Amino acid sequence: MTTMHALVMIFGAVMPAFVGLANWQLPIMIGAPDMALPRLNNWSFWILPFAFTMMLSTLFMESGGPAAGWTLYPPLSLQGGDSMPFVILSIHLLGLSSILGAINVIATILNMRAPGMTLMKMPIFVWTWLITAFLLIASMPVLAGAITMLLTDRFFGTTFFTASGGGDPVLFQHIFWFFGHPEVYILILPAFGIVSTIIPAFSRKKLFGYDSMVYATASIALLSFIVWAHHMFTVGMPLAGELFFMFTTMLIAVPTGVKVFNWVATMWKGSMTFETPMLFALAFIVLFTVGGFSGLMLAMVPADFQYHDTYFVVAHFHYVLVPGAVFAIIAAVYYWLPKWTGKMYNEGLGKLHFWLTTIFVNLTFFPMHFVGLAGMPRRIPDYAVQFADFNAIASVGAFGFGLSQLLFVYILFNTLKQKVTAEDKCWDGAEGLEWTLSSPPPYHSFDKAPKID
Amino acid sequence: MSSSNGYYVPHETKWPFLNTVALIVLFIGLANYMNGYTSGMSIMFTGLALVLIITYGWFSEVVRESESGTYNAQVDISFRWGMVWFIFSEVMFFAAFFGALYYARELSLPWLGGAGSKVSTNIVLWPQFENVWPSNGPTNAGGDFTLMKASGIPAINTLILLTSGLTVTWAHHGLKEQNRNKLIYGLALTVLLGFIFVGFQAYEYMHAYSDLNLKMTSGIYGSTFYMLTGFHGFHVTLGAIMLTVILFRCTKGHFSGDNHFGFEAVAWYWHFVDVVWLGLFVFVYWL
Repeated sequence: MTTMHALVMIFGAVMPAFVGLANWQLPIMIGAPDMALPRLNNWSFWILPFAFTMMLSTLFMESGGPAAGWTLYPPLSLQGGDSMPFVILSIHLLGLSSILGAINVIATILNMRAPGMTLMKMPIFVWTWLITAFLLIASMPVLAGAITMLLTDRFFGTTFFTASGGGDPVLFQHIFWFFGHPEVYILILPAFGIVSTIIPAFSRKKLFGYDSMVYATASIALLSFIVWAHHMFTVGMPLAGELFFMFTTMLIAVPTGVKVFNWVATMWKGSMTFETPMLFALAFIVLFTVGGFSGLMLAMVPADFQYHDTYFVVAHFHYVLVPGAVFAIIAAVYYWLPKWTGKMYNEGLGKLHFWLTTIFVNLTFFPMHFVGLAGMPRRIPDYAVQFADFNAIASVGAFGFGLSQLLFVYILFNTLKQKVTAEDKCWDGAEGLEWTLSSPPPYHSFDKAPKID
Repeated sequence: MSSSNGYYVPHETKWPFLNTVALIVLFIGLANYMNGYTSGMSIMFTGLALVLIITYGWFSEVVRESESGTYNAQVDISFRWGMVWFIFSEVMFFAAFFGALYYARELSLPWLGGAGSKVSTNIVLWPQFENVWPSNGPTNAGGDFTLMKASGIPAINTLILLTSGLTVTWAHHGLKEQNRNKLIYGLALTVLLGFIFVGFQAYEYMHAYSDLNLKMTSGIYGSTFYMLTGFHGFHVTLGAIMLTVILFRCTKGHFSGDNHFGFEAVAWYWHFVDVVWLGLFVFVYWL
């Protein structure tokens, strides 16, 4: 079930949500009528529900769902039941869907911008998606290669990951994380773009250091290809490898620090107001930075030998993915909802949703730092009794977090029933082409290219 | 549907949806087949047939739209970017398998042979193992085999693919000069060379299985050899089929000197499989 949780949240929730945002926002942000290749887009969309049905169907198989972790390490993943080829082939399909979506994003951004919109005049969200799409196209095929080798190892007698035939199970980890690390930035770069859009809007100032933001995003993306082995420090790598991957990993803190600095500097002396999207964006900065710091701790090889495969790691990546990626998605929904629907959401309920979510998310994931440091291993269903109290707190938090999202669903439906229509430019600090359109925007938004000066 | 000022938005179509359904049938069949259920094979081939029919339908519609002049210059550029990035994704797919080859040769096999910090693996598990490439690992997986030599068929195949790269460029010049004969002969020659390559490759596989005892199961050498050359051969086959389609379109008078994205996309793809082959020839057969 943890395997499924990870696969569903990564490939089924965060990635499609970001791609969905890209499909909705990119055309109206760059002044285009639609994405460059709408049929490709359509194909990429339809693959998702079918591939997920295929993946989830394994839960009903006699041998149960996949149970080797989402990382699918051999030899364990080679020993699974009938679910194994289903899961792998559905990941192939999801990868295909992502690549098609990414090709479309790149083609749209490079070819459909309104006349006069040079690359360095693009909204920052568009920039982050351009770089994300590049990461997707470069990394997803590598995953496809790795899981294809798993399939042939299991069913056709190859020995890529079997030492007796001259292969090495660790080889899979290398190939997997060569995909896996860019993948985690795929999950966060669009979030950076969203936050960099929302913070200036509610600070009523221009984004501080736009150029450095673009360069920081690009350097994070490039670095992501040379840090992969920090996921496997304890596997027994040569010392030179450990050192190389430790230093490159720490280097990532530099561009990330630039980003956090720029967000704070954007707010400095701004006339700030705190509507729901802004609250989520602010919580993003604080809590993502917490996750970033625990990431730095994990980057240190000697420290990682202690933390590896403990709940500390679970705390780390949930801090960057839940109050990171997921908060950014929620912030984006509140921010652009009036644009999409033409109706304003209920601000009071939005704020309530924010506070419940933020409190419960910390209640869930913060204690995991403690139990992890104390040595509670991940991916093991049982644990020593001394961890019971903290686990109980985390469970309360998790239920609270889940239930608060029902409020979010209610807010969305409630918005649709509002009588008052939202103004075209409902946030007074908001900038960008999308706010020049009516709310909701017309079908195929820009039928005439807007002029950018 | 095309709007007045030049933006082009295609009309709605069901092909992407249908293609997804066909793909899922194919993959479910494949998964069942791998799990050892006899029904898998028939589901798989049903899916494959559907994919082929639907791809044919989808592409025919696009060709019809293209020939009726529906697409403008901006769409042409979108298509070009799409193809470029698609080929880049294919490059990364092959990179995974090349990476596996380098890792096995430079790291895992020397370690198994007792080199570096991994010496204990060798002492405890397989003290008799010496690392010599080509290797099928410490347990002699798949039994003794003979190496596939670079001279002979692989060298001839290199020549064939390189020549086909030239002929397709020659055909391209013919297309740009509006010289239909040059175009069609150049293209036909390319297709012919492509299929000869595939034929030789198939012969080489039979030779490897029956005479050299070189199989998929021949340890890491067999794994990397068959997966790399196999995926490449599959891509050459696809490329040759795509070239054939382009050839038929040329004989029907499709494409013009300044508007022939379909031709160029396939030519790019052909050069891509050519370059991958050079990598294979050097790293799989030669070194």
